[in-house]
Amino acid sequence: MLHIYCPHCEEYREEEEFRPKGEAHIARPIDPVNTSDEDWGDYLFFRKNPRGLHHEQWFHAAGCRKFFNATRDTVTYEILETYKPGQQPAVTAESRKAQASAQASNQGAAK
Amino acid sequence: MQHYSGFGLVKHGLSYHENWQRMWRNPLPKHEYDVIVVGGGGHGLATAYYLAKVHGITNVAVVEKGWLGGGNTARNTTIVRSNYLWDEAAWLYEHAMKLWEGLSQDLNYNVMFSQRGVMNLGHTLQDMRDIHRRVNANRLNGIDGEVLDVKQIQEIVPHMDCSANRRYPVLGASWQPRAGVARHDAVAWGFARGADALGVDLLQQTEVTGFRISGGKVLGVETNRGFIGAKTVGCVAAGNSGVLAKMAGFKLPVESHPLQALVSEPMKPILDTVVMSNHVHGYVSQSDKGDLVIGAGIDGYNGYGQRGSYPTIEHTLQAIIELFPIFSRVRMNRQWGGIVDTTPDACPIISATPVGGLFFNCGWGTGGFKATPGSGHVFAATLADGKAHPLAAPFTIDRFISGKLIDEHGAAGVAH
Repeated sequence: MLHIYCPHCEEYREEEEFRPKGEAHIARPIDPVNTSDEDWGDYLFFRKNPRGLHHEQWFHAAGCRKFFNATRDTVTYEILETYKPGQQPAVTAESRKAQASAQASNQGAAK
Repeated sequence: MQHYSGFGLVKHGLSYHENWQRMWRNPLPKHEYDVIVVGGGGHGLATAYYLAKVHGITNVAVVEKGWLGGGNTARNTTIVRSNYLWDEAAWLYEHAMKLWEGLSQDLNYNVMFSQRGVMNLGHTLQDMRDIHRRVNANRLNGIDGEVLDVKQIQEIVPHMDCSANRRYPVLGASWQPRAGVARHDAVAWGFARGADALGVDLLQQTEVTGFRISGGKVLGVETNRGFIGAKTVGCVAAGNSGVLAKMAGFKLPVESHPLQALVSEPMKPILDTVVMSNHVHGYVSQSDKGDLVIGAGIDGYNGYGQRGSYPTIEHTLQAIIELFPIFSRVRMNRQWGGIVDTTPDACPIISATPVGGLFFNCGWGTGGFKATPGSGHVFAATLADGKAHPLAAPFTIDRFISGKLIDEHGAAGVAH
């Protein structure tokens, strides 16, 4: 059972209160008439589906009934952060890589 | 290949069954093959088998990162049916059904295909309208199907609670008598043995780490055992298809989700058919060993972890108990998850890709097992000819750009 922190309620609640709603940060084409079929297809159907960090929307269905975003590892299922819509994630694949390399160099220095 | 027969069983009994030939070789990778199939599950092995048998292409490698049939082939609920609504899907799954019917003889390997019938229940008036529509569509496509009323259902499954005062009363069902179950592992092993006998190299513990692409054409695959060359590469990697597509530099319209199943302790025979319900989200059959085989819908979130969430298990068992109160004290033995690659229209992708010579067979979502022989058969033709088999032609990636979807959510839904 996942315990998920709702950034609106500011509390941890059980997974069953929430509904996952897929990849976050997908922008609707600004100029629909001049958007190509490829770009419409991409917007509607093509998802990143990463093996690793995933920024995704969740809906607090049996709680405040508001949407928020989460950064979750799709292999371990660990939720690394949750944040409100409109905000940017603090944990990204790049930030994780930078952290790992910083740790590696620190360990090198300790030796 | 050693031919299996009753006589052989007696003969080997005399030597205490110690001299059976191994079912397949464990070869070293060659530098170059005519075709590489990435993924050694049921679909991949079937592809290799039909490449060799139907198209005479035997210089083939199946590259598998784990062991043969260790992914979704070993994790499904073994249900086989072809009662799909839309023509394109119905033809593809019925093609598979016809191959299932002769598969044990064809492979000389008992895949224990048992046509015990599949029942899809209706609990609302709309369910029943959809069932009538789907059964009519099936019959127009030459696929067997009947609409059952409650009395007929009770004759087939006397232990199911069909009383009118349930929260979700059973109003009727669709019934496909030719549908049933097959032994999932035997399907993978049978195809593996058949492919190996025809000269296909089955390379286990060989993980693809990248594609070598030059001038928009594939030259081969990079693996943990070095580069293996081939001008034609077919990827049949189910939940990890998106990961492979990313290596090749394009996106697929698939999302990977955990799909769970569970089995109970073994019991005496109680259920001799397959009962599925989209409405209460569950399906159940009884294996030859006696355990109830139970499955459900996918977990809602994306995942590659080959395990799912507890609430999904609970919901599934609630559905089963709703249908079969008699099972309320049955203990569950094991539970597991597989990673399924779902598409937006619940139909597979059998398609060329932006990379020349690279083909994908994926997106089977929650219902790939039933299609194993048909999928392999049409994908082998696609790889051999370099263009889609007529039955595979509607299932291109391009349909997600043109909008020509094959919306099978009604027939596919949860129930596989």
